[in-house]
Amino acid sequence: MGADREGLLMQWNSLSEFLAMGGYGVYVWPSFGMTAVCMMWEVLALRRRHAAARAALVQTDGMTDVIS
Amino acid sequence: MKMDHINWFQWSSPQALYPFAGRLISWVSVLSLLCIAAGLYLGFFVAPTDFQQGDSYRIIFVHVPAAWMSMFLYIVMAGWAALGLGLKTRPSFMMAQAIAPTGALFTFLALFTGAFWGKPTWGSWWVWDARLTSELILLFQYAGVILLHASIDDLRRADRASAVLALVGVVNVPIIYFSVRWWNTLHQGASISMTAAPKMATTMLAAMGIMALGFWLYSAAVALMRVRCIILERERHASWVQTERAS
Repeated sequence: MGADREGLLMQWNSLSEFLAMGGYGVYVWPSFGMTAVCMMWEVLALRRRHAAARAALVQTDGMTDVIS
Repeated sequence: MKMDHINWFQWSSPQALYPFAGRLISWVSVLSLLCIAAGLYLGFFVAPTDFQQGDSYRIIFVHVPAAWMSMFLYIVMAGWAALGLGLKTRPSFMMAQAIAPTGALFTFLALFTGAFWGKPTWGSWWVWDARLTSELILLFQYAGVILLHASIDDLRRADRASAVLALVGVVNVPIIYFSVRWWNTLHQGASISMTAAPKMATTMLAAMGIMALGFWLYSAAVALMRVRCIILERERHASWVQTERAS
């Protein structure tokens, strides 16, 4: 183990070593990336859907009140 | 608590569920983020490199929690569907409907991350083996429940029909889980066993467990967010919804 053992990267000697994932970076990062993208997309899509549902309520009622 | 004094049906109206879900969402979301952050830290910086698979094994920290959630959410969805059919409670059907897309998402992620783990370990993105095939069928089952509901205009019929479909499909969940034991398969056995000593290092198990807890909390938060959307969309003409718009 190198000099950074006690540092921020713990068991990794450098950022590039961390990103390389022992040669498996091309498999590890797409897995985590796709998971992150899907989960964040779902939350954003639901926020938009909720806002749209609230906006539709106002239209139904013909009101333009302030909506939180 | 005295069980006989609790009116369980007080939560059985969309009107009660909407604000209750709203209060839960922020707490559950924060806990979920904390768990996922801790799980990622443990998984990437504390858990050691595997002596057989190298660092490719780290995909386990998203793959196994996603696969667990895909099966667990199906059972929860079918549970709400059964409750709706038995008690004729609309919020139960709404919960079943709210869980389905998240279950489908985790099924897709289990298959996707599995492919990216299969390539370096087995040399193939996909094999038609029992575990992978039954998990793919689970994705089609979620799609079937969502599409059947969307294709029927009468909401009460849509609720009942998709609930029946969800219930019938439950048989596939034990098939997925036990497929690695019942058939010869490339897929490795269960990561966690109640009877055998753990095969993984403690830090690996901890990272996987905390990630699974984070995904579970995430699923709860997202299902509650979606059920609030469904309530607003379906109950928009109810008088209580009209007062909700100002809050």
